[in-house]
Amino acid sequence: MSAHGRLVRRLVLGSVLMFGFGFALVPLYDVFCEVTGLNGKITNTGPVAISAMDTSRQIKVRLIAVHNEGMPWDFGPMDGVIRAHPGEMKQTAFMATNPTGRRMVAQAIPSVAPAEAAQYLHKVNCFCFEQQALMAGESVEMPLLFVIDKKLPEHIRSLTLSYTLFDISPEVSSAVLAEKEQRL
Amino acid sequence: MGWKIIKTIGSGLGLTVYTATASAAWEVNLTPGVTDVSRSVFDLHMTIFWICVAIALVVFGVMFWSIFHHRKSRGAKAHHFHENTMVEVIWTIIPIIILVAMAVPATATLVQMYDTSEAELDVQITGYQWKWRYDYLDHELNFFSNLSTPRDQISNEADKQEHYLLEVDRHLVLPVETKIRFLLTSNDVIHSWWVPALAVKKDAIPGFINEAWTVINEPGIYRGQCAELCGKDHGFMPVVIEAVSKDDFNQWLADARVAEQAEAAAAERVWTLDELMQQGEQVYLRACAACHLPNGAGVPGAFPALKGSAVALGDVAAHIDIVLNGKSGTAMQAFRDQLSATELAAVITYERNAWGNSLGEAVSPAQIARLLTPSTGEAEQ
Amino acid sequence: MSTLDTTLHADAHEHHGPAKGMGRWLFTTNHKDIGSMYLWFSLLMFFVGGCMALMIRAELFQPGLQLIEPGFFNQMTTMHGLIMVFGAVMPAFVGLANWMVPMMIGAPDMALPRMNNWSFWILPFAFAMLISTLFMEGGAPNFGWTFYAPLSTTYAPPSVTYFIFAIHMMGISSIMGAINIIATILNMRAPGMTMMKLPLFCWTWLITAFLLIAVMPVLAGVVTMMLMDIHFGTSFFDAGGGGDPVLFQHVFWFFGHPEVYIMILPAFGIISQIIPTFARKRLFGYASMVYATASIAVLSFLVWAHHMFTVGIPLAGELFFMYATMLIAVPTGVKVFNWVATMFRGSMTFETPMLFALAFVVLFTIGGFSGLMLAIAPVDFQYHDTYFVVAHFHYVLVPGAIFSIMAGVYYWLPKWTGHMLDERMGKLHFWLSFIGVNITFFPMHFIGLAGMPRRIPDYALQFADFNMVASIGAFLFGLSQLIFLWNVIACVRGGRKAEARAWEGAEGLEWEIPSPAPYHTFATPPQLPESLR
Repeated sequence: MSAHGRLVRRLVLGSVLMFGFGFALVPLYDVFCEVTGLNGKITNTGPVAISAMDTSRQIKVRLIAVHNEGMPWDFGPMDGVIRAHPGEMKQTAFMATNPTGRRMVAQAIPSVAPAEAAQYLHKVNCFCFEQQALMAGESVEMPLLFVIDKKLPEHIRSLTLSYTLFDISPEVSSAVLAEKEQRL
Repeated sequence: MGWKIIKTIGSGLGLTVYTATASAAWEVNLTPGVTDVSRSVFDLHMTIFWICVAIALVVFGVMFWSIFHHRKSRGAKAHHFHENTMVEVIWTIIPIIILVAMAVPATATLVQMYDTSEAELDVQITGYQWKWRYDYLDHELNFFSNLSTPRDQISNEADKQEHYLLEVDRHLVLPVETKIRFLLTSNDVIHSWWVPALAVKKDAIPGFINEAWTVINEPGIYRGQCAELCGKDHGFMPVVIEAVSKDDFNQWLADARVAEQAEAAAAERVWTLDELMQQGEQVYLRACAACHLPNGAGVPGAFPALKGSAVALGDVAAHIDIVLNGKSGTAMQAFRDQLSATELAAVITYERNAWGNSLGEAVSPAQIARLLTPSTGEAEQ
Repeated sequence: MSTLDTTLHADAHEHHGPAKGMGRWLFTTNHKDIGSMYLWFSLLMFFVGGCMALMIRAELFQPGLQLIEPGFFNQMTTMHGLIMVFGAVMPAFVGLANWMVPMMIGAPDMALPRMNNWSFWILPFAFAMLISTLFMEGGAPNFGWTFYAPLSTTYAPPSVTYFIFAIHMMGISSIMGAINIIATILNMRAPGMTMMKLPLFCWTWLITAFLLIAVMPVLAGVVTMMLMDIHFGTSFFDAGGGGDPVLFQHVFWFFGHPEVYIMILPAFGIISQIIPTFARKRLFGYASMVYATASIAVLSFLVWAHHMFTVGIPLAGELFFMYATMLIAVPTGVKVFNWVATMFRGSMTFETPMLFALAFVVLFTIGGFSGLMLAIAPVDFQYHDTYFVVAHFHYVLVPGAIFSIMAGVYYWLPKWTGHMLDERMGKLHFWLSFIGVNITFFPMHFIGLAGMPRRIPDYALQFADFNMVASIGAFLFGLSQLIFLWNVIACVRGGRKAEARAWEGAEGLEWEIPSPAPYHTFATPPQLPESLR
C-alpha cells in the first residue's frame, strides 16, 4: 500500500501544482506579452532619456477613441493622425466631457496595433495611468506624451493607438468621487 | 421535397467535380473571393484539399483492398509480421516532406496578410451587441449598420427574400483598388468581423485594437456575418460591403454628409405625436426589440420589461437619461451616439405611448438635440 | 492454467459477491460495479445531450425561427457541448478503464477502490447542478462550451456560478479517476507484465491520465478566475480593470487542446485492441504506437493557439502554432498506417465491434484531414468558427470517440454479461449509425465552406438545403441509438452463452477469465498466457 501512497501523494501534488500553474499563467502571460508585444498592451512608461531622433523615416500614428458599453462620455483625440520620427517626443491630448447628470469615473485602456509595435511605443505621460473622475457636465483635456523607440522595425510604417473608455463608476468606491468633490 | 433532397445530396457528392465554376461552387466550396489574398487563400485551400484526397486514396485504397482480399471468408490466413523499422521510418518521413511542402506557400500567404502598412483608407469597425459601427476615420463620417430583414420574415409570417439575414440598413461602402485598413474593436463582448469574399476575419475585442487589410479588385456587394458567439442575436448581425469605383466612393461620401445635415435640420422642426410614434416603432424594432422584445415585455432575469415599467411611465428626464447615457454595469447601452436626435425622440415617445403605456406626451427632437451637444448646453451650468 | 485458477478463486470467494439492493451501488468499491455505473451514467448523458442536439437540428431544419428562441438555442449549444464532453465521452472512457484495466493487467481491483467510488458519485451531483441551471431565472449558461470572457463573466446569466461549481466537481472527479488509473497501471501489473507488454488500451489511458492531471487543474483555475471576476471584483479577464479577455482564451485552450486528446487517445487504445482481434494478427508497430501516443500528448501542449488564429496573434506566433499543429499529423498518421498494416494480410472477419472500428479508422481520418486543413493559418481565417469546424470536430468526436466507445462496448459486452450480442441487431445499429453520422456531418463541410458561421439559430437561404439534410441525418443517427440501448439491455438479459475467449482472435488476460467475469478476478496474480510472454 505504501507504493500507492507515495505515488498518489506525488500525483495529488502534481495536480495542485498545475492548479497553481493555471494562475501563474496570468503573470507569465504578462511577461510574455511584454517581451513579444503579443496583445498590444503598452508596458513602456515613465521618463525616458532623449537622444537624437531618426529623421530618415516618419511613422504615421493614428489615435482613436472607443467607448465601452454604457459609456456616454464625449471622448475623442485632439489630433486624429500624428506623424512622428522615431525618437521624437510628441505631445497631444484626448478631450472628454461627461454629458450626464451624474458624477462618473472612467478608466482609459490603451492598445496598439500592430501588437508588435507596442513595445516600441514609449509613453512618458498618459491620462490612462490614472482613473478619470468627471462631475456632471464637466470637460477635461487629457494629455498624452509619447516617444517611438528608434529600434522600431523598418517594416512598421504606421501604427494605431486606441483608447477604450470604460465606465468604472459602479466598481469605484465613493472615496475616489469624494476626493474629487473636495478638490472642486 | 424528397426530390430536392436527392438533388442536394447529388450536388454535394459532385463537389470535387465542379469546384472550378465559382457561382455554382459557392454552395459547396469556399469562395475564391475578390482580392489577391482571398485568391491565394482559395488556391491554398484547394491544394491542401487535393493533397488530402490523394493521401486518402492511398490509405483507404490499401485498407479496402485488405478488407476485400484478406478476409477469413475467402480463406485468407494471417501472416505473422508485426514490425518493420524501414517501413515505419518511411511513413514517418514522407508525411513530414508533404507537410513542409504545404507550409511553404502557407507561410508566404500569411506574411502577405500581415502587411498592413501604407493603407490609403482607415476604417474603424466596432462590434456592438448586435450590430456593427463603421467609422471612416479620415472623413469624419460614422454610422451603425443594423440587420434590415423584417421580423415577420424571421418568424415565418412573410416570405423570405433573397438576402434573408444578410442585408443591412446601411452598407459599408468602400472604394475598389484601394488599400483599406480595418481597425477592429468592440464595445461589449468579443465579436468577429468576417467577409468571405475578402478572406478577412478578425476578432473585435473590447479594450483592444486589431487590424486587417484588403484591396478589393471588383465592384460589387459582398456579404458576411459575425463569426464569434456574442450573445443572443449573434446570428443576426451581418456585414454587407458595397465596393464601388473611387469616383463613386467620393460622391457617396459627399452625399452622406448632405444627408447628415438634412437629418440635423429635421430635428429642428415640430413633430406630431403620430409622426413620432410611427418612426419610433421602426427605431424600437431595430434598436431595442432585440432585448426588450417587440411587445415591450422584456426577458425576466435578463432584460427588464418596458411595458408598464417605472422608467417608461415615470419622470421623462430620467427616461431620456437612461436611453441617451445607458446604465452603468448593465447591458443597457448609451444610445446617444447610435441614434439621431429625431430617432431618440421618436423611440422615447414610442416607449411612453405603446403597449398600453399611454402618457400621451411627445418628446421633441429639438429637446433631444440640445442634450446631444452638451458643450454648448449644460456644460456651463 | 490461470483460467482454472481464477475460476476456483471466484468460487471460493462466493460470500464476497455483491451486496443486495441500493447499498451495493452506493457503497461499492468493486471496479466492475463502478465501471458499470460510469457506463450507464454516460449512456444517460449521451441521450440527454443527444436530445439537445436534436433540438438544435430541429430548429435548423429550415431557415427562420420555428421552435426555440435564439437565447434558448445558445443554452442548448452550450449544454450539448458540456454534457457530451464531460458527461458522455469522458465518463464512458473512465468506465471502460474501470472495467478493463484491472482485468487486462491482472490486478484484483483498482488501486484505490474507495476513491473510485467517490469519483463516480460526484458526477451525478455535478450534472444535476449543471442541468438544474436550465430552470433558473435567466436560463442556463448560454456562452458556448468554450465560455469565452467577457460573455461568460460580465454578460453571463446568474446561473454561471452553478456552472462554475459543476465544472469544479467534474474536474475533481476526473482527477481522482486519473490518479486511480495511474496508480493501478504503474503498481498493480501482474508479474512479468512489463511496460512494453502492456495492452495498448492501458498505455493510451495511462498517457491520458497524465494529461488529465496536467490540464484539469488548469480548467479549475480558469473557472476560479471567472468566479473571482464575477463575484470578488478582480479583473483577470476584464479589460476595463487592466485584464485581458484574450488571456482567458489562452488559459482555456491550454486546457482545451489536451482535453481534445483526452477524448481521443483512449479511443486509439480501444481500436488498437479490436483490429488485431478481428484481423487475427498482432498489432503492427506496437512500440511506434506507444511512442506516437506519447508524442501526440506532448505536442498537445504546444498547439493551443491554433484555436485562436483570428484573435490577432503576431505573425511569429501564428507561424509557430501553425507548424506545431501540422506536426501532429505525423504521429497521428503513423497510427492510421499501423492499423492499416495490421489489417494487411490478416484474416479478417467483420463482427459488429470490427465494423465500428473500421468506420472509426475511415471517418476519424477524414476528421484528421479537415484538421490538417484547419491547421493552415491563412486558410483558417476562412474556416474559423464556421460549420467546417463543426464538421471537423464532430467527425473526430462522433465517429471517432463515440464509435470507439460503442466498438469497445460491443467488444467487451460478452465478457461483462456472459452473453453474445445478437449480431443482426448489432449490424443494424452499425449501418444506421454509419449512414446517419455521415448524412449529418458531411454536409456541414459544405455549409461551412459556403460561409455559415457556427452557433447561429437561423441562417441565410443558400444554406437551407444542406441544413435540412443534416437535420434528417441527425434524427436518423439519434433514433438509431435506441437500438444500441436495446442491444445492451438484450445482451445483459440473455443471449447465446459467451466463451471465456469470446472472439476467436482475442488475446490478453481479460480473455483468460470466464465470461461473465466473476465479481472478483485475479485475487492472486495470474501467470501471463503464452501469447504475452
